[in-house]
Amino acid sequence: MVDVAVVGYSAFATPREARRNEVEMLIPVIGEALAPIGLAKGDMGFVVSGSSDYLAGQPFAFVNALDAVGAWPPIAESHVEQDGAFALYEAWLRLQHGDIDTALVYGFGKSSPGDLPRVLALQMDPYTVTPLWPDSVSLAALQARLLLEDGVDERQLAEVAARSLTDAVGNPHAIRSGQATAEELLERPVFADPLRKHDCAPITDGCAAVVLATGDRARELSERPAWITGIDHRIEPTAIGTRDLTDSPSTRRAAEEAGVADGPVDVAELYAPFSSQELILRRALGLNAETRINPSGGALVSNPVMAAGLIRIGEAAQRIRDGEADRAIAHATSGPLLQHNLICVLEGR
Amino acid sequence: MTDIELPEPLTEVITPVRLEYRYTPGESPSQFLRHIPEGKLLGRRCPECGKVYAPPRGACSMCGALFGEEVELADTGTVTTFCVVNINFANRAVDLPYVCAEILFDGSDTTAQLLLQGIDPEAVRMGMRVRTVWKPTEERTPSMASISHVEPVDEPDAPFDAYAEFV
Repeated sequence: MVDVAVVGYSAFATPREARRNEVEMLIPVIGEALAPIGLAKGDMGFVVSGSSDYLAGQPFAFVNALDAVGAWPPIAESHVEQDGAFALYEAWLRLQHGDIDTALVYGFGKSSPGDLPRVLALQMDPYTVTPLWPDSVSLAALQARLLLEDGVDERQLAEVAARSLTDAVGNPHAIRSGQATAEELLERPVFADPLRKHDCAPITDGCAAVVLATGDRARELSERPAWITGIDHRIEPTAIGTRDLTDSPSTRRAAEEAGVADGPVDVAELYAPFSSQELILRRALGLNAETRINPSGGALVSNPVMAAGLIRIGEAAQRIRDGEADRAIAHATSGPLLQHNLICVLEGR
Repeated sequence: MTDIELPEPLTEVITPVRLEYRYTPGESPSQFLRHIPEGKLLGRRCPECGKVYAPPRGACSMCGALFGEEVELADTGTVTTFCVVNINFANRAVDLPYVCAEILFDGSDTTAQLLLQGIDPEAVRMGMRVRTVWKPTEERTPSMASISHVEPVDEPDAPFDAYAEFV
């Protein structure tokens, strides 16, 4: 295996970016990921992005976004119609060939131009499910209800939200933050029974960029690279009726393949756009109280769809590069109700 | 084998999808669009390669750089390529046949597709020099549709080398 590490990262998030277009939003972020390590866009061996044209409501919006990297003279690039975390998986795979030593990964999306819960209904089965327009918040509420029936306490949901809001204080990219206790949050009105607003990620526009490098190149570019020691992703069936929605077997399997249990986990960055989903992920990953979860506040406080998973990897890597953690895991998800899950294990050496 | 009577197969499912979006053109394109009602085409120059984009996009496609200075384009330009339209599509209220042409405005490094009128379609040629005809001020909106069409000007054709890069 070729050793691959995260050596650069930057992200941006705002409730509504109504001034700049996607390219104008991406350029500074890509620059901030590259500049501290003294690299430029043209130095990259491979470029890959993650986004969805359904967010912009424009066909080939992802091709337009290539303006942010400047594709002349021609560059080696690719795209996934998924979160940037899955683009990072492609970059990691590409780096395994050993002929190039750097890759730039970016993910971007504005959720504010359209009606995100309705847009996400389009990822369901197009013949029998999408025509019913099951919006993403209502679906998550059904999943949360199943969890409560399975013995989870409503208070546990509020505890996830309270921790996220409190950790978000001081995070410039947090859409919401504030000292809150579970008791106070449970006093707030129900939004999509049994979920309250703070249980659901806020609408967010934003983007993120991660720079990967291999072996000696990574050591040359960073004093403490965040080495990817395991990465895997698994998917569950499309039909949600065939799944146990209170569990995430695909997360568990990806974690096994990525070697999550091979050592202690100092920090876990989990992409849970609903508080109920964090409980499912924690259970599937077997995380205990020793692991710090989403120190930045996570997706519950800032959820730029198509970048939020890549941000989990960037944030986990940042904790290692800062020396705050020796071993971290990052999780990203795609599809309805945690259908497709990616796990990335990062270590400092 | 028993003959089983099967229902007629379903051959079509109609599932209407309607989504509404609030579009954000972005900083550079917005500035371009805002000046159109004044009858001005304002391109933006790439600070790295010097090319002028009109309309500007998010950034220079070739360099990936945010745009720099504004450049006001002339209202004259050159036909780089064209097509004669013989079929009425999109219910365009123009007499057939008509000509759609790519125009390289003087001072720009990108072309714009516009209606070419005031000439027999048979006589249109690459390299022809044309001028913008704007709609009356009160009909203009922040859109390229504020340009009614382009029409020929009495100038010698541009040499092929002047627009070869755009063909």
